[in-house]
Amino acid sequence: MAKAAKAPKELSETPEKLIDLYRQMVFIRFFEKKCNFAYRQGKIGGYMHTYIGMEATGVGFNEALRPGWDNVITAYRDHAQPLLMGSDPLKVMAETMGRVDGYSNGKGGSMHIYDFENRFFGGWGIVGGHIPIGTGVAFTAKYKKEDRVTVCYLGDGAANQGVVFESYNMAALWDLPIIYAIENNEFAMGTRLEYHASDTELYKRGIPFGIKSERIDGMDVLQVKEDAARIVEWVRENQKPYLVEIMNYRYEGHGAADNDRQLYRTKEEEEEAMLRDPIGRLARQMVDAGAATEADLEKIDDEEEERVEVIFEQADASPHPDPSEVYDHVYTDMTPEMGH
Amino acid sequence: MGVELTYRDAVAKAIVDEMNRDDSVYIMGEDIGRYQGTFRVTQGMFDDYGPKRVIDTPITEAGFTGIAIGSAMSGLRPIVEMMTMSFSILALDQILNHAAKVHYMTGGQASVPMVIRGPGGAAKQLSAQHSHSLEGWFAHCPGLKVVAPSTPECAYGLFKTSVRDDNPVIFTENPGLYTVKGELPDDDDFTVPIGKARIAREGTDMSLVCYSRMVHVCLEAAERLAEQGISAEVVDVRSLLPLDMETISASVAKTNRAVVVYEDWKFGGFGGEIASRIGEECFDDLDAPVLRVGGLNVPTPYSRVLELECIPSADSVLAAVERLS
Ligand SMILES: Cc1ncc(C[n+]2csc(CCOP(=O)(O)OP(=O)(O)O)c2C)c(N)n1
Ligand SMILES: [Mg+2]
Repeated sequence: MAKAAKAPKELSETPEKLIDLYRQMVFIRFFEKKCNFAYRQGKIGGYMHTYIGMEATGVGFNEALRPGWDNVITAYRDHAQPLLMGSDPLKVMAETMGRVDGYSNGKGGSMHIYDFENRFFGGWGIVGGHIPIGTGVAFTAKYKKEDRVTVCYLGDGAANQGVVFESYNMAALWDLPIIYAIENNEFAMGTRLEYHASDTELYKRGIPFGIKSERIDGMDVLQVKEDAARIVEWVRENQKPYLVEIMNYRYEGHGAADNDRQLYRTKEEEEEAMLRDPIGRLARQMVDAGAATEADLEKIDDEEEERVEVIFEQADASPHPDPSEVYDHVYTDMTPEMGH
Repeated sequence: MGVELTYRDAVAKAIVDEMNRDDSVYIMGEDIGRYQGTFRVTQGMFDDYGPKRVIDTPITEAGFTGIAIGSAMSGLRPIVEMMTMSFSILALDQILNHAAKVHYMTGGQASVPMVIRGPGGAAKQLSAQHSHSLEGWFAHCPGLKVVAPSTPECAYGLFKTSVRDDNPVIFTENPGLYTVKGELPDDDDFTVPIGKARIAREGTDMSLVCYSRMVHVCLEAAERLAEQGISAEVVDVRSLLPLDMETISASVAKTNRAVVVYEDWKFGGFGGEIASRIGEECFDDLDAPVLRVGGLNVPTPYSRVLELECIPSADSVLAAVERLS
């Protein structure tokens, strides 16, 4: 599916940048692993979906965005985006655990992280539901004549929902500055791509609407970063939508409650995908190019693991909400009728 | 004596029995085939019936529900699984604006014999977008039938009737019920008619009127009330539309008091319909105002502490009963 790894080449980034990218990906991975741990401990409940395996997509794309200016929106697999955009990881972790220090004071949970200060628009549970909403965020940018670019991530499964096509049409019709970034990880829950999509090259779906569309490799952070920079600038410059299908892979179950991966993919397939692990790949590239030693990278791993440990401890120290908070925020200006 | 089954297996058995009985019955939905169903209701069916009759759909609720409706209008009897009933909101136009209108708009020329089923109501910490109780919303719409069984036996019997019914039937399964066990009668022809309530526990001092998982909440409340010397009757409505007022009224005539218990938002919910019908039809029998116990009027929060505040429990029923006397 994804393009084969390129032959070793001069790395386009400075050693500092490479280390920074590596560190970001490793941080996401440890963060998500800790979330899995917390889920198994019963500290996170409900539905929880990790970004493990997909780190290069988020990290590479985020590099192209202007922090605090550009907009990002995604579905329920939503821990990584805010973490990359400058959100407070303690507040993200606390939200997944339903604590008062979370971004939504425990009302949203893992699937519903929002950080408007950093222009992360969430965090949505209904497959396809956020795509018109993301399009609306781009609409505002155009309306206000602000050169903000909106990145709207969606899954390969979500790409089939009717509102997605409606959104493509209106975004193209009205020249909205939005990037539909389809994260094609080849599965919609337990359904393989070829069982849910009549044509599995999802990027082609932008073409009938006159949207510039392409497919890129999402397992190579350097490639994603380069492609994203080009695409984001094109959208900012031309004030039109863009569709990019990013080929990646999730290494874990659909969510923490999915323990039946063998129902939709084989061990061999997973092992093959592990060879494309974006973190391992960057590590190899860096070591080969002499940008870092294995020891340097191990040190980063340890540091990030420790950092996540501290975040977890702090989040876990945050109290559960008080029952009286249940009526807060239903309205901006009133309280609904109370009581059973 | 019959076999003991979980609620999940009772629904599954009813699906299979109906598929065996009638070739025109098929089931479609997300992840129901190769993945065996998110709540495992359709486990094994893909292997047994193949992709023609156990159909994995893309995540396009409006589209596949519409396809099911079209196929029902033209000779088939589809069962549509909503992975959760919250996702039926995406198909609401097809259900309310199309399926429910067909028989009437066509002057009786066409009908829509289909069942839309799936887990409805709050599970555990699934948050605001995945926890809706929509049965009352559907029951607001003429042209649909709506059932909400609480036991494996009722689920099995009502499901078979729903498939055989020539109208669109909404069949809601509270996710908290799937592991509830119960016995099925030893009779392969056993069915439960749509529109018949049942007395889940007899009592004399008050009627707790409820459906779906709230039946179990009310049974627990009745047990605790019994310890206080209060005898509560539990009326399991089972079918919201049509509603069996006869059974409900007979119970209230005996007990002279009623509390209606439902998981949906209290304000404007289906329990309000039952309460006002009791008020209209049993006025002379009532010794106290009819009370409602419903879900808190807030989007379901993620935090377990807050979520538990929202869903009616035996404690909330007891608190209401206190207000009765
Ligand atoms: C409208 C709707 N239907 C079904 C679901 C259940 N569901 C949640 S995620 C998912 C799969 C989505 O797959 P994809 O869009 O590829 O995203 P991924 O999980 O792979 O990131 C499904 C079926 C839902 N949340 N909303
Ligand atoms: Mg996917």
